[in-house]
Amino acid sequence: MIETNIDIVKKGLGKRYRAEKRFRIYGVCAIAASLIFLAFLFISIGTNGYTAFQQTFIRLSIYFDPEILGDTTHRESLASANFPAIVKQSLLKMFPEVQSRGEKKQLTSLISSGASYYIRDMFVEDPNLIGNTVQVWIPADDDVDMLIKGHTERGVEEAERRLNNKQLGWIEKLERDGNIEKRFNTIFFTAGDSREPELAGIWGAASGSFFTMIVTLLLSFPIGVAAAIYLEEFAKKNRWTDIIEVNINNLAAVPSIVFGLLGLAVFLNFFGMPRSAPLVGGLVMTLMTLPVIIIASRAALKSVPPSIREAALGVGASQMQMVFHHVLPLALPGMLTGAIIGMARALGETAPLLMIGMVAFIVDVPSGFTDPATALPVQIFLWADSPERGFLEKTSAAIMVLLTFLIAMNALAVILRKKFEKRW
Amino acid sequence: MIIEKERAELENKREFISKKEPLVSRENRKTVGHPIVENPRMTCRNVNVYYGDKHAIHDVTLDIGRNEVIAMIGPSGCGKSTFLRCLNRMNDTIDFCRVTGSISLDGKNIYDKDVDVVPLRAQVGMVFQKPNPFPKSIYENVAYGPKIHGLVQNRVETDEIVETSLKKAGLWEEVKDRLNQPGTSLSGGQQQRLCIARTIAVGPEVILMDEPCSALDPIATARIEDLIDELRGNFSIAIVTHSMQQASRVSQRTAYFHLGDLIEVGSTDQVFLNPLHQLTEDYVTGRFG
Repeated sequence: MIETNIDIVKKGLGKRYRAEKRFRIYGVCAIAASLIFLAFLFISIGTNGYTAFQQTFIRLSIYFDPEILGDTTHRESLASANFPAIVKQSLLKMFPEVQSRGEKKQLTSLISSGASYYIRDMFVEDPNLIGNTVQVWIPADDDVDMLIKGHTERGVEEAERRLNNKQLGWIEKLERDGNIEKRFNTIFFTAGDSREPELAGIWGAASGSFFTMIVTLLLSFPIGVAAAIYLEEFAKKNRWTDIIEVNINNLAAVPSIVFGLLGLAVFLNFFGMPRSAPLVGGLVMTLMTLPVIIIASRAALKSVPPSIREAALGVGASQMQMVFHHVLPLALPGMLTGAIIGMARALGETAPLLMIGMVAFIVDVPSGFTDPATALPVQIFLWADSPERGFLEKTSAAIMVLLTFLIAMNALAVILRKKFEKRW
Repeated sequence: MIIEKERAELENKREFISKKEPLVSRENRKTVGHPIVENPRMTCRNVNVYYGDKHAIHDVTLDIGRNEVIAMIGPSGCGKSTFLRCLNRMNDTIDFCRVTGSISLDGKNIYDKDVDVVPLRAQVGMVFQKPNPFPKSIYENVAYGPKIHGLVQNRVETDEIVETSLKKAGLWEEVKDRLNQPGTSLSGGQQQRLCIARTIAVGPEVILMDEPCSALDPIATARIEDLIDELRGNFSIAIVTHSMQQASRVSQRTAYFHLGDLIEVGSTDQVFLNPLHQLTEDYVTGRFG
């Protein structure tokens, strides 16, 4: 029998299909691997961090003793009023058996060293509390917090614990009486940084990031889009524009710490701008994000079909009318996507901020563009560096917050693109 | 049917005529026929076009008369589209394109330094090969040109110009109830008529058409051809086409281009029935092209 072409084709078919099947399996494996790593990341961060959203509180009955507080009619005297003594007094009242100086100290170390500030703030808000007794939930010290959350074991040798047997006994008594409980951690979302894990929050860093991003967005988007439009639509294609294009592409690949050094040299040392300020952070991030936005915007402009340009020019639109009436509306979704992805990258960037002093330990929540501030990723870096067990879960929780912002921004990019996309 | 009949008649006449006089030889690239007319709308003299080092159009001299349709035919890559795009300086957008010689509209050279391309393109409108309506509503598509040129001051005037333009383009009846729908939702033929409406809304003197029917089916093509015939009353039209039948149906004059040279210009009947140049005869008889 003579072998016809179709026989030869059929003979080879099996091999072809096997190759295709193999390739599909590789693809599925690749996707599965990346999904597994992603799940691993989320699970490890989630399991480490979810406890940070709860905090251990101890109930104290605070007696606002006029004798201890002294003159409370003036604001100035309030500052020096002895609130720590009030807290101490109420604690000792719960444990009358504690007498020695050393034991008293161990007892007061169970509650947060920030407790007296809470009492003071309460009192400032309502001065009529003087002479009254109030039940107040006070944040516990981070060692107690870790114990209650089960991060430190009760069973280990006393010498290897941060809390001794006596303290454990007190805690058990508090538990029995229902005077200790876990509540939603509002401090984490409203406070600035602190040396005490139980008092540390991300609001300061989040505000710093927010101000930095505002500066970055306001500067990089208009400048980037304007540069892209000029280069793509108006500039003559010659050696100069080629050189500029190559340099912009190179800038996009420059390590971010170099931009930090540039910011240090130019904005801080030459222009004398304030250290650790979101304004400078935003300027540095702008430099870093600009090439990304320019490249994305140029790609978006290039993808607008030439027939639309010809149509506009054909009815006598000027170059600028053509760009702003027809090309830009079609390119805008791509530009927005590029800008948001650039912003998301800037939000997660740490290195350049280290160079301009946004790595400082800053307790106050910044209220403006020139206040000292830090940013979310820098805060994560600082907490990850801290030895206290309490900062471990805070680090993971801060990562969760940062990731939430990033995912929200990327989702926004997708939504904006869908909304503004036009078909032609 | 009609086309076949026409072709048969053409063959008969050609056989009869072609035996009469010797044709200009293929090697001779000088333009033969009648490139110059009396009282022209546009005059092109010694036009050369270069794309970088490539010499795309060689020394073309051609007039476009008033209220006539001039067809430009020729094999692919012969430069007919390039030449057409010179007539409203569409080639300005290509950085490495250079034009020498003179192209005048009503006696004024459009390549003079002091000529602004924006009003020029309002006077010399263009319809492209592929229908390219803006991704906006039908109304906006037509109203855009008059708006940017300040030809309309208020909604009433705009409505009026949109209606008359769509009527002239023979599209009004089909779209009058859905002017707010996107122009891209129309069929190909309707889109092309929308593009013609958009062009005539600006009130040009000359309309350039670059293979306006090449992306359309025969019925849409027939409608556009009828439209071109009607528009001739008000405009001068230069049309580039691949289809010789179309050229013979819609045009009064025909220019045959070959590899960047303008070979022959004459009345359409003469060019198709009694070409003077060997290359023209080769092309119109279908020997190549």
